Amino acid sequence: MQLEVDITGKHFQNAAGERQEVLGRISFSLRAGEVGVFVGPSGCGKSTMLKILAGVDHDYQGRVARPHPARLGMVFQEPRLLPWRSVEDNIRLVVPDIDEAKLSELFAVLELSAHRSHFPGELSLGLARRVALARAFAVQPDFLILDEPLASLDDALAARLREEIAILVGGRSMITLLVTHNLDDAIRLGDRLFLLSARPARILAALPIALPRNERGEAEITAIKAGIARQTKGETTKRDAS
Amino acid sequence: MVRLLSFLLLLATWWIAAQFAGSAKLPAPPAVLRVILDEAASGALFVNLGATLARVALSFVLAMSLGSAIGYLMGRVRLADRIGDPWLILLLNLPALVVIVLAYIWAGLTEAAAIAAIAVNKLPTAVVTLREGARALDRSLDEIAIAFAIPRLRAFRHVILPQLAPYIAAAARSGLSLVWKIVLVAELLGRPNGVGFEIGVAFQLFDIPLLLAYSLSFAAVVLVIETLLLQPFELRVSRWRPRAA
Repeated sequence: MQLEVDITGKHFQNAAGERQEVLGRISFSLRAGEVGVFVGPSGCGKSTMLKILAGVDHDYQGRVARPHPARLGMVFQEPRLLPWRSVEDNIRLVVPDIDEAKLSELFAVLELSAHRSHFPGELSLGLARRVALARAFAVQPDFLILDEPLASLDDALAARLREEIAILVGGRSMITLLVTHNLDDAIRLGDRLFLLSARPARILAALPIALPRNERGEAEITAIKAGIARQTKGETTKRDAS
Repeated sequence: MVRLLSFLLLLATWWIAAQFAGSAKLPAPPAVLRVILDEAASGALFVNLGATLARVALSFVLAMSLGSAIGYLMGRVRLADRIGDPWLILLLNLPALVVIVLAYIWAGLTEAAAIAAIAVNKLPTAVVTLREGARALDRSLDEIAIAFAIPRLRAFRHVILPQLAPYIAAAARSGLSLVWKIVLVAELLGRPNGVGFEIGVAFQLFDIPLLLAYSLSFAAVVLVIETLLLQPFELRVSRWRPRAA
Protein backbone atom coordinates (compact mmCIF):
# COMPACT_ATOMS: atom_id res chain seq x y z
CA MET A 1 0.00 0.00 0.00
CA GLN A 2 1.49 3.28 -1.07
CA LEU A 3 0.66 6.92 -1.58
CA GLU A 4 2.21 8.53 -4.62
CA VAL A 5 1.92 12.23 -5.10
CA ASP A 6 3.08 14.32 -8.01
CA ILE A 7 1.27 17.63 -7.88
CA THR A 8 2.59 20.13 -10.42
CA GLY A 9 0.50 23.11 -9.44
CA LYS A 10 -2.66 24.48 -7.96
CA HIS A 11 -4.13 27.94 -8.19
CA PHE A 12 -7.17 29.80 -6.96
CA GLN A 13 -9.12 32.61 -8.49
CA ASN A 14 -9.56 35.16 -5.71
CA ALA A 15 -12.58 37.43 -5.31
CA ALA A 16 -10.97 40.14 -7.45
CA GLY A 17 -10.52 37.60 -10.25
CA GLU A 18 -6.75 37.42 -9.85
CA ARG A 19 -4.94 34.14 -10.22
CA GLN A 20 -3.15 33.03 -7.08
CA GLU A 21 -0.62 30.24 -7.15
CA VAL A 22 -1.00 28.15 -4.01
CA LEU A 23 1.08 25.07 -4.73
CA GLY A 24 4.17 24.53 -6.82
CA ARG A 25 5.65 21.14 -7.53
CA ILE A 26 5.12 18.65 -4.74
CA SER A 27 6.31 15.16 -5.37
CA PHE A 28 6.78 12.36 -2.85
CA SER A 29 5.63 8.91 -1.91
CA LEU A 30 4.86 7.25 1.41
CA ARG A 31 4.54 3.59 2.35
CA ALA A 32 2.31 1.98 4.96
CA GLY A 33 3.82 2.35 8.41
CA GLU A 34 5.52 5.61 7.55
CA VAL A 35 4.73 8.95 9.09
CA GLY A 36 5.41 11.80 6.69
CA VAL A 37 5.52 15.22 8.27
CA PHE A 38 5.20 18.45 6.38
CA VAL A 39 6.67 21.52 8.01
CA GLY A 40 6.17 24.93 6.53
CA PRO A 41 5.31 28.51 7.31
CA SER A 42 1.66 29.21 8.00
CA GLY A 43 -0.35 30.15 4.93
CA CYS A 44 2.00 28.30 2.59
CA GLY A 45 -0.70 26.03 1.22
CA LYS A 46 -0.40 23.01 3.51
CA SER A 47 -4.11 22.66 4.12
CA THR A 48 -4.81 23.02 0.41
CA MET A 49 -2.39 20.19 -0.28
CA LEU A 50 -4.09 18.01 2.32
CA LYS A 51 -7.50 18.65 0.79
CA ILE A 52 -6.16 17.41 -2.54
CA LEU A 53 -4.66 14.32 -0.93
CA ALA A 54 -7.90 13.63 0.94
CA GLY A 55 -9.82 13.68 -2.34
CA VAL A 56 -11.92 16.66 -1.29
CA ASP A 57 -10.42 18.98 -3.88
CA HIS A 58 -9.98 17.69 -7.44
CA ASP A 59 -9.06 20.95 -9.07
CA TYR A 60 -5.26 20.78 -9.43
CA GLN A 61 -2.57 19.94 -11.92
CA GLY A 62 -0.65 16.74 -11.56
CA ARG A 63 -1.38 13.29 -10.29
CA VAL A 64 -2.19 11.72 -6.94
CA ALA A 65 -2.37 7.96 -6.60
CA ARG A 66 -4.06 7.22 -3.31
CA PRO A 67 -3.90 3.73 -1.88
CA HIS A 68 -6.97 1.89 -3.01
CA PRO A 69 -9.08 0.62 -1.38
CA ALA A 70 -8.16 2.56 1.72
CA ARG A 71 -10.13 3.98 4.59
CA LEU A 72 -9.23 7.60 5.16
CA GLY A 73 -9.17 9.14 8.60
CA MET A 74 -8.80 12.88 8.72
CA VAL A 75 -8.28 15.48 11.40
CA PHE A 76 -8.98 18.95 10.06
CA GLN A 77 -7.24 22.03 11.31
CA GLU A 78 -10.34 23.11 13.20
CA PRO A 79 -12.00 20.14 14.92
CA ARG A 80 -15.02 20.29 12.56
CA LEU A 81 -17.53 18.32 14.55
CA LEU A 82 -21.24 18.40 13.89
CA PRO A 83 -22.54 20.79 16.56
CA TRP A 84 -25.97 19.12 16.59
CA ARG A 85 -24.65 15.66 17.39
CA SER A 86 -23.19 14.47 20.68
CA VAL A 87 -19.54 13.42 20.89
CA GLU A 88 -20.49 9.77 20.57
CA ASP A 89 -22.88 10.37 17.67
CA ASN A 90 -20.23 12.39 15.87
CA ILE A 91 -18.06 9.30 15.87
CA ARG A 92 -20.86 6.90 15.08
CA LEU A 93 -21.70 9.06 12.08
CA VAL A 94 -18.49 8.02 10.32
CA VAL A 95 -18.42 4.45 11.72
CA PRO A 96 -22.02 3.33 12.24
CA ASP A 97 -21.03 -0.26 13.04
CA ILE A 98 -18.27 0.45 15.58
CA ASP A 99 -18.51 -1.98 18.47
CA GLU A 100 -18.91 -0.71 22.00
CA ALA A 101 -15.59 -2.15 23.25
CA LYS A 102 -13.59 -0.39 20.53
CA LEU A 103 -15.37 2.88 21.17
CA SER A 104 -14.82 2.69 24.94
CA GLU A 105 -11.16 1.88 24.43
CA LEU A 106 -10.71 4.85 22.11
CA PHE A 107 -12.48 7.17 24.53
CA ALA A 108 -10.33 5.86 27.35
CA VAL A 109 -7.05 6.45 25.48
CA LEU A 110 -8.07 10.00 24.61
CA GLU A 111 -9.60 10.62 28.04
CA LEU A 112 -13.00 11.40 26.59
CA SER A 113 -15.10 8.88 28.51
CA ALA A 114 -16.75 11.58 30.62
CA HIS A 115 -17.75 13.62 27.56
CA ARG A 116 -19.55 11.01 25.46
CA SER A 117 -22.95 12.64 25.60
CA HIS A 118 -21.78 16.24 25.46
CA PHE A 119 -22.39 18.43 22.46
CA PRO A 120 -19.31 19.92 20.73
CA GLY A 121 -20.37 23.43 21.77
CA GLU A 122 -19.83 22.38 25.38
CA LEU A 123 -16.22 21.27 24.83
CA SER A 124 -12.97 23.18 25.10
CA LEU A 125 -10.75 23.33 22.03
CA GLY A 126 -8.44 20.68 23.48
CA LEU A 127 -11.33 18.29 24.03
CA ALA A 128 -12.83 19.00 20.63
CA ARG A 129 -9.44 18.22 19.06
CA ARG A 130 -9.44 14.89 20.85
CA VAL A 131 -12.90 14.07 19.57
CA ALA A 132 -11.68 14.86 16.06
CA LEU A 133 -8.75 12.50 16.66
CA ALA A 134 -11.06 9.83 18.03
CA ARG A 135 -13.22 10.15 14.93
CA ALA A 136 -10.23 9.76 12.62
CA PHE A 137 -8.96 6.69 14.48
CA ALA A 138 -12.40 5.15 14.87
CA VAL A 139 -12.56 4.40 11.15
CA GLN A 140 -9.40 2.28 11.59
CA PRO A 141 -7.74 4.14 8.77
CA ASP A 142 -5.24 2.86 6.25
CA PHE A 143 -4.45 6.44 5.43
CA LEU A 144 -4.43 9.08 8.13
CA ILE A 145 -4.22 12.82 7.58
CA LEU A 146 -3.59 15.17 10.50
CA ASP A 147 -3.75 18.88 9.79
CA GLU A 148 -2.09 20.77 12.66
CA PRO A 149 -3.72 18.64 15.32
CA LEU A 150 -1.81 20.40 18.10
CA ALA A 151 -2.12 24.02 16.98
CA SER A 152 -3.26 26.62 19.53
CA LEU A 153 -3.12 24.25 22.50
CA ASP A 154 -0.95 25.08 25.50
CA ASP A 155 2.39 23.28 25.71
CA ALA A 156 1.45 20.76 28.37
CA LEU A 157 -1.75 19.75 26.61
CA ALA A 158 -0.03 19.63 23.23
CA ALA A 159 2.66 17.35 24.68
CA ARG A 160 0.05 14.97 26.10
CA LEU A 161 -1.96 14.88 22.94
CA ARG A 162 1.24 14.28 20.96
CA GLU A 163 1.93 11.25 23.15
CA GLU A 164 -1.58 10.00 22.49
CA ILE A 165 -1.15 10.46 18.76
CA ALA A 166 2.17 8.60 18.91
CA ILE A 167 0.49 5.70 20.71
CA LEU A 168 -2.37 5.53 18.23
CA VAL A 169 -0.10 5.85 15.20
CA GLY A 170 2.27 3.23 16.57
CA GLY A 171 -0.57 0.79 17.12
CA ARG A 172 -1.50 0.45 13.49
CA SER A 173 0.27 0.08 10.17
CA MET A 174 -0.93 2.88 7.98
CA ILE A 175 0.20 5.79 5.87
CA THR A 176 0.23 8.85 8.06
CA LEU A 177 0.54 12.43 6.91
CA LEU A 178 1.00 15.13 9.47
CA VAL A 179 1.17 18.83 8.83
CA THR A 180 2.61 21.19 11.40
CA HIS A 181 4.59 24.38 11.73
CA ASN A 182 6.26 23.10 14.88
CA LEU A 183 9.61 21.44 14.15
CA ASP A 184 9.63 19.80 17.57
CA ASP A 185 6.34 17.99 16.93
CA ALA A 186 7.59 17.04 13.49
CA ILE A 187 10.76 15.40 14.81
CA ARG A 188 8.99 13.60 17.63
CA LEU A 189 6.30 12.10 15.43
CA GLY A 190 7.74 11.79 11.93
CA ASP A 191 9.74 9.21 10.01
CA ARG A 192 10.30 11.49 7.09
CA LEU A 193 10.31 15.26 7.15
CA PHE A 194 9.36 17.42 4.21
CA LEU A 195 10.22 21.09 4.50
CA LEU A 196 7.92 23.33 2.52
CA SER A 197 8.66 26.76 1.07
CA ALA A 198 6.46 29.81 1.43
CA ARG A 199 3.51 30.09 -0.97
CA PRO A 200 3.39 28.69 -3.59
CA ALA A 201 4.51 25.70 -1.56
CA ARG A 202 7.07 23.29 -2.91
CA ILE A 203 9.27 20.75 -1.15
CA LEU A 204 12.58 22.33 -0.17
CA ALA A 205 14.06 19.25 1.42
CA ALA A 206 13.08 15.68 2.25
CA LEU A 207 14.82 14.42 5.37
CA PRO A 208 14.47 10.88 6.67
CA ILE A 209 14.82 10.30 10.42
CA ALA A 210 16.49 6.94 10.81
CA LEU A 211 16.12 6.57 14.56
CA PRO A 212 12.89 4.74 15.59
CA ARG A 213 10.32 6.97 17.25
CA ASN A 214 10.46 5.43 20.69
CA GLU A 215 14.26 5.77 20.88
CA ARG A 216 14.25 9.52 20.40
CA GLY A 217 15.11 11.19 23.68
CA GLU A 218 15.67 14.89 24.27
CA ALA A 219 19.35 14.68 23.25
CA GLU A 220 18.59 12.86 20.01
CA ILE A 221 15.87 15.34 19.13
CA THR A 222 18.20 18.29 19.67
CA ALA A 223 20.79 16.57 17.50
CA ILE A 224 18.28 15.93 14.72
CA LYS A 225 17.12 19.51 14.92
CA ALA A 226 20.68 20.77 14.60
CA GLY A 227 21.18 18.48 11.62
CA ILE A 228 18.11 19.87 9.95
CA ALA A 229 19.23 23.43 10.62
CA ARG A 230 22.57 22.66 8.98
CA GLN A 231 20.97 21.06 6.00
CA THR A 232 18.39 23.72 5.40
CA LYS A 233 21.06 26.38 5.68
CA GLY A 234 22.98 24.53 2.99
CA GLU A 235 19.84 24.48 0.87
CA THR A 236 19.29 28.21 1.14
CA THR A 237 22.91 29.08 0.37
CA LYS A 238 22.81 26.74 -2.61
CA ARG A 239 19.68 28.46 -3.81
CA ASP A 240 21.18 31.90 -3.31
CA ALA A 241 24.28 30.93 -5.24
CA SER A 242 22.35 29.68 -8.23
CA MET B 1 -50.52 33.20 34.67
CA VAL B 2 -49.77 36.46 32.85
CA ARG B 3 -51.20 34.93 29.70
CA LEU B 4 -54.41 34.04 31.48
CA LEU B 5 -54.76 37.54 32.91
CA SER B 6 -54.14 39.03 29.51
CA PHE B 7 -56.82 36.77 28.05
CA LEU B 8 -59.29 37.76 30.75
CA LEU B 9 -58.57 41.41 30.04
CA LEU B 10 -59.38 40.84 26.38
CA LEU B 11 -62.64 39.15 27.33
CA ALA B 12 -63.57 42.02 29.65
CA THR B 13 -62.82 44.60 26.97
CA TRP B 14 -65.04 42.72 24.54
CA TRP B 15 -67.84 42.52 27.07
CA ILE B 16 -67.71 46.23 27.87
CA ALA B 17 -67.50 47.16 24.20
CA ALA B 18 -70.54 44.97 23.55
CA GLN B 19 -72.54 46.93 26.13
CA PHE B 20 -71.80 50.17 24.27
CA ALA B 21 -72.18 48.91 20.71
CA GLY B 22 -75.38 46.99 21.28
CA SER B 23 -75.94 43.30 20.60
CA ALA B 24 -76.78 43.86 16.92
CA LYS B 25 -73.25 45.09 16.10
CA LEU B 26 -71.19 43.26 18.70
CA PRO B 27 -72.81 40.44 20.67
CA ALA B 28 -71.52 39.78 24.20
CA PRO B 29 -69.33 36.69 24.86
CA PRO B 30 -72.19 34.50 26.25
CA ALA B 31 -74.25 35.02 23.07
CA VAL B 32 -71.32 33.90 20.92
CA LEU B 33 -70.58 30.96 23.21
CA ARG B 34 -74.23 29.87 22.88
CA VAL B 35 -73.90 29.82 19.07
CA ILE B 36 -70.66 27.86 19.30
CA LEU B 37 -72.36 25.28 21.53
CA ASP B 38 -75.40 25.07 19.21
CA GLU B 39 -73.19 24.55 16.17
CA ALA B 40 -71.16 21.97 18.07
CA ALA B 41 -74.32 20.14 19.15
CA SER B 42 -75.63 19.96 15.59
CA GLY B 43 -72.20 18.74 14.41
CA ALA B 44 -71.89 21.52 11.84
CA LEU B 45 -68.96 23.12 13.69
CA PHE B 46 -66.87 19.96 13.51
CA VAL B 47 -67.74 19.23 9.89
CA ASN B 48 -66.72 22.74 8.83
CA LEU B 49 -63.60 22.89 10.99
CA GLY B 50 -62.64 19.43 9.78
CA ALA B 51 -63.10 20.38 6.12
CA THR B 52 -60.96 23.48 6.58
CA LEU B 53 -58.26 21.63 8.51
CA ALA B 54 -58.09 18.92 5.86
CA ARG B 55 -57.58 21.57 3.17
CA VAL B 56 -54.94 23.30 5.26
CA ALA B 57 -53.10 20.04 5.91
CA LEU B 58 -53.13 18.92 2.28
CA SER B 59 -52.08 22.22 0.75
CA PHE B 60 -49.52 22.82 3.48
CA VAL B 61 -47.84 19.45 2.99
CA LEU B 62 -47.93 19.86 -0.77
CA ALA B 63 -46.43 23.34 -0.70
CA MET B 64 -43.83 22.54 1.96
CA SER B 65 -42.50 19.39 0.32
CA LEU B 66 -42.45 20.83 -3.19
CA GLY B 67 -41.19 24.21 -2.02
CA SER B 68 -38.42 22.72 0.11
CA ALA B 69 -37.21 20.51 -2.72
CA ILE B 70 -37.20 23.36 -5.24
CA GLY B 71 -35.62 25.78 -2.75
CA TYR B 72 -32.86 23.32 -1.87
CA LEU B 73 -32.12 22.72 -5.54
CA MET B 74 -32.03 26.45 -6.28
CA GLY B 75 -29.71 27.06 -3.35
CA ARG B 76 -27.32 24.31 -4.38
CA VAL B 77 -27.33 24.49 -8.17
CA ARG B 78 -26.63 27.83 -9.81
CA LEU B 79 -28.36 26.92 -13.07
CA ALA B 80 -31.55 25.93 -11.23
CA ASP B 81 -31.44 29.27 -9.44
CA ARG B 82 -31.10 31.17 -12.71
CA ILE B 83 -33.97 29.28 -14.31
CA GLY B 84 -36.24 29.38 -11.29
CA ASP B 85 -35.73 32.96 -10.21
CA PRO B 86 -38.09 34.77 -12.64
CA TRP B 87 -40.85 32.24 -11.88
CA LEU B 88 -40.28 32.75 -8.20
CA ILE B 89 -40.56 36.53 -8.42
CA LEU B 90 -43.75 36.22 -10.45
CA LEU B 91 -45.32 33.78 -7.97
CA LEU B 92 -44.22 35.80 -4.95
CA ASN B 93 -45.95 38.90 -6.24
CA LEU B 94 -49.09 37.28 -7.59
CA PRO B 95 -52.03 38.24 -5.32
CA ALA B 96 -53.64 35.26 -3.61
CA LEU B 97 -57.05 36.26 -4.91
CA VAL B 98 -55.87 36.10 -8.55
CA VAL B 99 -54.50 32.59 -8.06
CA ILE B 100 -57.70 31.38 -6.42
CA VAL B 101 -60.02 32.91 -9.01
CA LEU B 102 -57.94 31.61 -11.90
CA ALA B 103 -57.78 28.14 -10.37
CA TYR B 104 -61.57 28.04 -10.01
CA ILE B 105 -62.06 29.26 -13.57
CA TRP B 106 -59.61 26.77 -15.08
CA ALA B 107 -60.33 23.73 -12.95
CA GLY B 108 -63.91 24.41 -11.89
CA LEU B 109 -65.19 24.83 -8.34
CA THR B 110 -63.45 21.66 -7.22
CA GLU B 111 -61.56 20.52 -4.16
CA ALA B 112 -58.41 20.01 -6.23
CA ALA B 113 -58.58 23.57 -7.53
CA ALA B 114 -58.93 24.98 -4.01
CA ILE B 115 -56.03 22.96 -2.60
CA ALA B 116 -53.79 23.67 -5.57
CA ALA B 117 -54.52 27.40 -5.35
CA ILE B 118 -53.70 27.52 -1.65
CA ALA B 119 -50.52 25.51 -2.19
CA VAL B 120 -49.38 27.78 -5.03
CA ASN B 121 -49.77 30.77 -2.74
CA LYS B 122 -47.58 29.27 -0.09
CA LEU B 123 -45.01 27.62 -2.39
CA PRO B 124 -42.82 30.64 -3.23
CA THR B 125 -42.20 31.65 0.40
CA ALA B 126 -41.09 28.11 1.19
CA VAL B 127 -38.79 28.16 -1.85
CA VAL B 128 -37.22 31.47 -0.85
CA THR B 129 -36.62 30.41 2.75
CA LEU B 130 -35.14 27.02 1.86
CA ARG B 131 -33.00 28.54 -0.86
CA GLU B 132 -31.50 30.83 1.73
CA GLY B 133 -30.95 27.80 3.97
CA ALA B 134 -29.22 25.84 1.22
CA ARG B 135 -27.01 28.82 0.41
CA ALA B 136 -25.96 29.09 4.04
CA LEU B 137 -24.85 25.43 4.25
CA ASP B 138 -21.37 25.02 5.70
CA ARG B 139 -19.00 23.74 3.00
CA SER B 140 -16.47 22.62 5.56
CA LEU B 141 -18.99 20.12 6.90
CA ASP B 142 -19.51 18.77 3.38
CA GLU B 143 -15.79 18.08 3.35
CA ILE B 144 -16.13 15.85 6.39
CA ALA B 145 -18.70 13.81 4.53
CA ILE B 146 -16.43 13.50 1.49
CA ALA B 147 -13.23 12.74 3.43
CA PHE B 148 -14.91 10.07 5.54
CA ALA B 149 -16.89 8.72 2.57
CA ILE B 150 -20.22 8.99 4.36
CA PRO B 151 -22.96 7.67 2.05
CA ARG B 152 -25.03 10.41 0.41
CA LEU B 153 -28.32 9.72 2.12
CA ARG B 154 -26.68 9.45 5.54
CA ALA B 155 -24.78 12.68 4.98
CA PHE B 156 -27.99 14.41 3.91
CA ARG B 157 -29.79 13.27 7.02
CA HIS B 158 -27.10 14.02 9.56
CA VAL B 159 -25.06 16.81 8.00
CA ILE B 160 -27.38 18.75 5.67
CA LEU B 161 -30.83 18.37 7.20
CA PRO B 162 -29.93 19.67 10.69
CA GLN B 163 -28.52 22.79 9.05
CA LEU B 164 -31.76 23.26 7.11
CA ALA B 165 -34.01 22.56 10.09
CA PRO B 166 -34.28 26.17 11.33
CA TYR B 167 -35.16 27.27 7.81
CA ILE B 168 -37.74 24.52 7.48
CA ALA B 169 -39.23 25.55 10.82
CA ALA B 170 -39.33 29.19 9.72
CA ALA B 171 -40.95 28.25 6.41
CA ALA B 172 -43.48 26.07 8.21
CA ARG B 173 -44.38 28.77 10.67
CA SER B 174 -44.79 31.62 8.17
CA GLY B 175 -46.36 29.22 5.69
CA LEU B 176 -48.95 27.95 8.11
CA SER B 177 -50.08 31.45 9.04
CA LEU B 178 -50.36 32.26 5.33
CA VAL B 179 -52.34 29.11 4.61
CA TRP B 180 -54.74 29.79 7.49
CA LYS B 181 -55.63 33.11 5.90
CA ILE B 182 -55.85 32.01 2.32
CA VAL B 183 -57.86 28.87 2.93
CA LEU B 184 -60.80 30.95 4.16
CA VAL B 185 -60.77 33.08 1.01
CA ALA B 186 -60.69 29.97 -1.17
CA GLU B 187 -63.62 28.50 0.76
CA LEU B 188 -65.59 31.72 0.65
CA LEU B 189 -65.25 31.87 -3.12
CA GLY B 190 -65.90 28.33 -4.15
CA ARG B 191 -66.47 25.62 -1.55
CA PRO B 192 -69.79 24.42 -0.09
CA ASN B 193 -68.38 23.90 3.42
CA GLY B 194 -65.58 24.94 5.73
CA VAL B 195 -65.05 27.87 8.06
CA GLY B 196 -64.66 30.30 5.14
CA PHE B 197 -67.97 29.19 3.66
CA GLU B 198 -69.78 29.65 7.00
CA ILE B 199 -68.28 33.08 7.43
CA GLY B 200 -69.54 33.95 3.95
CA VAL B 201 -73.02 32.81 4.93
CA ALA B 202 -72.89 34.80 8.16
CA PHE B 203 -71.78 37.85 6.20
CA GLN B 204 -74.72 37.60 3.81
CA LEU B 205 -77.20 37.20 6.70
CA PHE B 206 -75.42 39.78 8.86
CA ASP B 207 -75.31 37.04 11.50
CA ILE B 208 -72.53 38.43 13.67
CA PRO B 209 -72.74 35.80 16.46
CA LEU B 210 -72.29 33.04 13.85
CA LEU B 211 -69.42 34.93 12.25
CA LEU B 212 -67.65 35.36 15.58
CA ALA B 213 -68.44 31.79 16.62
CA TYR B 214 -66.63 30.38 13.60
CA SER B 215 -63.76 32.87 13.66
CA LEU B 216 -63.01 32.23 17.32
CA SER B 217 -63.29 28.46 17.08
CA PHE B 218 -60.93 28.56 14.14
CA ALA B 219 -58.49 30.83 16.00
CA ALA B 220 -58.57 28.41 18.95
CA VAL B 221 -57.69 25.49 16.69
CA VAL B 222 -54.80 27.46 15.15
CA LEU B 223 -53.50 28.29 18.60
CA VAL B 224 -53.61 24.68 19.71
CA ILE B 225 -51.76 23.48 16.61
CA GLU B 226 -49.13 26.19 17.02
CA THR B 227 -48.39 25.32 20.63
CA LEU B 228 -48.74 21.55 20.39
CA LEU B 229 -47.05 20.87 17.06
CA LEU B 230 -44.95 23.74 15.78
CA GLN B 231 -43.30 25.00 18.93
CA PRO B 232 -42.17 21.58 20.19
CA PHE B 233 -40.72 20.91 16.73
CA GLU B 234 -38.76 24.15 16.80
CA LEU B 235 -37.51 23.40 20.28
CA ARG B 236 -36.41 19.91 19.26
CA VAL B 237 -34.40 20.93 16.21
CA SER B 238 -32.59 23.67 18.12
CA ARG B 239 -31.91 21.76 21.32
CA TRP B 240 -28.16 21.57 20.63
CA ARG B 241 -27.91 25.35 20.51
CA PRO B 242 -26.98 27.28 23.62
CA ARG B 243 -30.14 28.76 25.14
CA ALA B 244 -31.01 32.04 23.51
CA ALA B 245 -32.50 34.94 25.40
